[in-house]
Amino acid sequence: MERHFEHDLDELKQRLLWMGSLAERAVHQAVHAVLDADEHLAEAVLAEEDAINEMQIEVDERIQRLLALQSPMAADLRFLLAVSRINGDLERIGDQAVNIAQSAMRILRHAQVKPYVDLPRMSELAEGMVRDSLNALVRGDVDLAQSVLQRDDQVDRLRDQLFRELLTYMMENSAVVFPSFELILVAKNLERIGDHATNIAEDVIYFIAGRDVRHPALDRR
Amino acid sequence: MASAAQGKIEMTLAPHARTNDSSAAASSTSAVRFEIANLNFYYGPKQAVFSLNLKIPVNRVTALIGPSGCGKSTFLRTLNRMNETIRNTRVEGSILLDGQSILGMDVVNLRRRVGMVFQRPNPFPKSIYENVAYGLRINGYKGNLSEHVEKSLRRAALWEEVKDHLHKSAFALSGGQQQRLCIARALAVDPEVLLLDEPCSALDPVTTAKIEELMFQLKDSCTMTIVTHNMQQAARASDFTAFMLDGKLIEHNETSKLFTTPHDPRTEAYITGRFG
Repeated sequence: MERHFEHDLDELKQRLLWMGSLAERAVHQAVHAVLDADEHLAEAVLAEEDAINEMQIEVDERIQRLLALQSPMAADLRFLLAVSRINGDLERIGDQAVNIAQSAMRILRHAQVKPYVDLPRMSELAEGMVRDSLNALVRGDVDLAQSVLQRDDQVDRLRDQLFRELLTYMMENSAVVFPSFELILVAKNLERIGDHATNIAEDVIYFIAGRDVRHPALDRR
Repeated sequence: MASAAQGKIEMTLAPHARTNDSSAAASSTSAVRFEIANLNFYYGPKQAVFSLNLKIPVNRVTALIGPSGCGKSTFLRTLNRMNETIRNTRVEGSILLDGQSILGMDVVNLRRRVGMVFQRPNPFPKSIYENVAYGLRINGYKGNLSEHVEKSLRRAALWEEVKDHLHKSAFALSGGQQQRLCIARALAVDPEVLLLDEPCSALDPVTTAKIEELMFQLKDSCTMTIVTHNMQQAARASDFTAFMLDGKLIEHNETSKLFTTPHDPRTEAYITGRFG
């Protein structure tokens, strides 16, 4: 017999995944506002920011209620702790998407500095990390979560590469300083999105396997 | 400490060593009060406990959890041979208290060293004072009786509530006060171990909180083993938890680990309420 509590946990997971899909879409639209020079996409991201924030509050309230009323233990407790942290990460991903959208609006006032090569790759990687970290939650797949952790370095490398490249453009031509600087901010925000996806993957591993894989260098005896 | 406890009662009234280090990591290095090896227990032909092995560390609270009929109360009662009061019971295996087998021990001495508090408070039909003094009198205590009664009532966090009517009947007290009186009575003979068999199941949350706080305070000087059906109580009040099922010990770990990351799927199923 399925208990009401299990139904509540499942509903909470569905709401978190819905929030995740909003955040994913916001990132995708924000980056494509730059790549496709489409200001409408940037506006759509700004318009949807509140929806993600409202979801954060709703998910928080659901967690509080379940913690207070059900006194969860073991996997249920780990799930609620993980969801609570993932909720914060998804909201921050939404904020990063807004930052990118705002940069996009400023970038679009200028001519394109350079052909976009690394930015779409970086965006694809970061979006994939967010998607897979949430898929790992849905499937209870530790290996998939682990693969997200491994991809974080690639995002960092692309950010460094993009930064070096844009620096040379700025040094050669002061007229492109402003849009180049905004592109660096976009890359920085994408890198942060990768970090949040990494946090989510770590929380998923904690929930499924009961292992805290954050900060592996720390001695936790 | 073990040899002192076996001597005259005057010798045992010195406070035990304070080892109230609640750090979970201390488990492996803690001194052991009870060492149970390959314990089997039978009610007539029916086996109730199967090959149980467990070490109960000194001055810590160990909680026994498990569904009704899993053998946890039976196991608890083997620790001071209370089951011997039931006919046709049989125990096999080894139970060492401070390294000494309890099975050959004088049972009165054993039960003085290993006190017990039951589900329902069971004060004697005597005054509050006499309830606490009783154990001391029959053990031939020669010190200042009133001082020791006061000390025991203070240790049980009851003194302030009863100090002005010590000679009233124990039955005049509330349920929670009666239970604390029973704890004071058990503490009066300075036991090394206190066995608590669902001590809060008949109490309201406020009184339950008092008993749990009391257990925390007593950890300084007493090893406690508690049987409880209340998972939150086990989580709040114990340092170690043992999960039993069908007479077998399934899992034993630091409480903080067992309630967050149990190893055995049966433990997980039980504590998350998905059992069966």
